[in-house]
Amino acid sequence: MIELTDVHKSFGENEVLKGITASVQKGEVVCIVGPSGSGKSTILRCINGLESYDRGEISVEGLKVDRDAPSIVQVRTQVSMVFQRFNLFPHRTVLENVVEGPLYVKKEPRAAAFERGRALLAQVGLAEKANEHPPQLSGGQQQRVAIARALAMQPKAILFDEPTSALDPELVGDVLGVMRKLADDGMTMVVVTHEMGFARDVADRVLFIDGGVIVEQGPAKSVLNQPQHARTQDFLRRVLHPL
Amino acid sequence: MKGFWHDAAEFFPILMSGVVLTIVVTIGSLLLSTVLGLVWAMMRVSGIRVLSLLSASLINVIRGIPIIVLLFYLYFVMPDLGVTLSALQAAILGLGIAYSAYQAENFRAGIEAIDKGQIEAAQSIGMGWWLTMRRVVLPQAVRIVLPPYGNVMIMMLKDSSQASTITVAELALQGKLIASSTFKNTNVFTMVALMYLTMSIPLILLVRHFEKRAGKK
Repeated sequence: MIELTDVHKSFGENEVLKGITASVQKGEVVCIVGPSGSGKSTILRCINGLESYDRGEISVEGLKVDRDAPSIVQVRTQVSMVFQRFNLFPHRTVLENVVEGPLYVKKEPRAAAFERGRALLAQVGLAEKANEHPPQLSGGQQQRVAIARALAMQPKAILFDEPTSALDPELVGDVLGVMRKLADDGMTMVVVTHEMGFARDVADRVLFIDGGVIVEQGPAKSVLNQPQHARTQDFLRRVLHPL
Repeated sequence: MKGFWHDAAEFFPILMSGVVLTIVVTIGSLLLSTVLGLVWAMMRVSGIRVLSLLSASLINVIRGIPIIVLLFYLYFVMPDLGVTLSALQAAILGLGIAYSAYQAENFRAGIEAIDKGQIEAAQSIGMGWWLTMRRVVLPQAVRIVLPPYGNVMIMMLKDSSQASTITVAELALQGKLIASSTFKNTNVFTMVALMYLTMSIPLILLVRHFEKRAGKK
């Protein structure tokens, strides 16, 4: 459902994506791993149209991703995004954050949007926080609200950009638990992560990216347990055994 | 200051009629400057080069012309171009346009202070530019903008006295007329100053309140 064909992207002189070709099938969980600055987040941002790309093509359900075209709204309502730093709207309550898209973008009836919003908050274990504001919540709780907000758009896929990187270690489990449940329910997910345990257990496929190219890809257990490429081996050694 | 209280009682009703006009000019030009300032600021952050340049040019032109010249232009020059404005209309329009430049810069600073992640989050759920502004950016920018906005209110209240130069009989002009006909300069202008101060103090307290609220965030 998501296709990337020879995608190139530069920031000034710095080419961060050097011909990325990949696809994500419906119901698949794909984890993108790699060192900082390798272009992982840029791939997600290009899929969602938050960044433009210079060459190649990205399509979602056959619809070309072009951030300057009106169709980008359609792409974004099909592919939601969860950010590293949550990016919840601090001036709105938790429930209002969740229903903002359905109410104002999808123009859903108010009562139905709020009812589903409450159900989604219950799904991520935060029903009792509906009327609080994001700054009153812990990082883990905020990220679960962000996931509920993404789900509220009833997307066909969700992009996760390092969803646990900004969290205290003891809060990571709750967020990963919610994500694991989503994967079990068949949600299509593309996850940029450093959580190798999550990638190994939940992902169908892993893409290892370095220097703007896909160095290695394949079934999660195969790439993470028996990496073939020296750069993948080196990266995993440094991540799994930092000392 | 001899006979101050006696003079105060005598001149108070006349000066109060000036106060009413001062308030009308201040509120009228505040509303106009807010609307225009918001339009200039929106053009500036629209990302559309032509609009952004047009807004930047307008702001610079407005900032470069003294308020008093703008008032003279509207009141004395516009009739030559076929547009006749009353003194009050010219005052509200002139002060409103003059202050719209400062309001625009204030609003722009407030909008640009909002974390980019907020805009990206809004875009990621399919919001367009205007919806992002209306639902996400502007409600948050208001908190940042309010303290300087309060300061603009105080400056406008005081600068409304410039309307006296085009015959608007607001507080300063009423004071001047009384003083010139009674020669009681000290008593009259002390009263005028105290009346401006009385109107400014609630605004000063309001600004302090805004600053405290913004500080808490």
